[in-house]
Amino acid sequence: MDPLINKRIKQVLKGDQSAYADIVSLYQQSLHQVCYRMLGNKEEAEDAAQEAFIKAYIHLHTYDQKRKFSTWLYRIATNLCIDRIRKKKPDYYLDAEVPGTEGLDMYSQLAVDELLPEEELERMELQERIQYEISRLPDKYRAVIILKYIEELPLQEISDILDIPLGTVKTRVHRGREALRKQLGDL
Amino acid sequence: MKQCPEHVVEYMHEYLDGDISQQHEKELRTHLKSCDTCKEHMNELTNVVAFIKSAAAISVPAGFTTNVMHRIPMKPRALKGVQRFLRRHPMLVAAVVFLILMSATLFSSFNNSQQFSVTKAPGLIVEGETVTVPVGETIKSDLVVENGNLVVEGNVEGDVTVVNGKYMASTANVTGNVEEINESFEWLWYSIKNGVKKLFSTAD
Repeated sequence: MDPLINKRIKQVLKGDQSAYADIVSLYQQSLHQVCYRMLGNKEEAEDAAQEAFIKAYIHLHTYDQKRKFSTWLYRIATNLCIDRIRKKKPDYYLDAEVPGTEGLDMYSQLAVDELLPEEELERMELQERIQYEISRLPDKYRAVIILKYIEELPLQEISDILDIPLGTVKTRVHRGREALRKQLGDL
Repeated sequence: MKQCPEHVVEYMHEYLDGDISQQHEKELRTHLKSCDTCKEHMNELTNVVAFIKSAAAISVPAGFTTNVMHRIPMKPRALKGVQRFLRRHPMLVAAVVFLILMSATLFSSFNNSQQFSVTKAPGLIVEGETVTVPVGETIKSDLVVENGNLVVEGNVEGDVTVVNGKYMASTANVTGNVEEINESFEWLWYSIKNGVKKLFSTAD
């Protein structure tokens, strides 16, 4: 593994807190990027990425130095983002009737921010559109697509990060690509 | 429209993952030449990849590292050798703690109970810290003397145990076992044996 990183990690473990700053600045770009793509919101991405680094710092003694440090960091960050996505999901039942209405359930309240009308999509800038399409992917596919195509990581490393078998990673990449293909339609 | 073999789409993804075998690739190419639907599908997938890859890098907010360094807890949680050892061997630690506590109670009961005590039985004569079974007297039970001496001149129909003291007998007649305990270790052994015996006797 990267000797410089290992050296910094040892320094931190020995109590030299400031050595951690080097580690943060080396990986901030990747972690922040992953968080942003997963969460689709700049403020939240910054907060999540910071939290990931803090978590990594607190649990640094559990990191196995024989393995790749970036894999370990990515794992902390993706788990954190997946947790946040789950927490954001509404915990009410969609079938439940909206209070004060008759026969109006939650489905009727939902559609608005889920799908944008065609003309609005066309007005979107490319970068905005990319993030929009990523955020429409189910979380399972979103994580692998981001790690594969934005972070450009090998499938084996994605399998290590997400702690799922290589075959499952492949299947999710395939389904993710198909899902995007359907989303994009005629682009 | 003829039905395309299902594995063609599978091959497309293998191709995009870069781990397609030569034979599959050959098959895929031949098929794409002859089938417009699949060719379109392949094109769309290639476009999807290009589309996602064109995502621009997001710049990290200013002062990110400083903010992280401000938020990290003051004391690093570096584990020292001992702590690491304890963390890695929880069962061993539990066993050791258990033994320490166990032996502590046993040893303390040996050291702390310095006061003289004797099993009560009719016919015993107690003078200071010396217990005497007088001549002609028969004790029909087990006899335990702690922190005192025992002189047996009569008969004892049972076991005799002397802890931290001397057992003296001249013409004694003891039907059971005679035991003299003066060391902590022996005391421990005796306590354990006794405990087990009690356990069995209550089970009966």
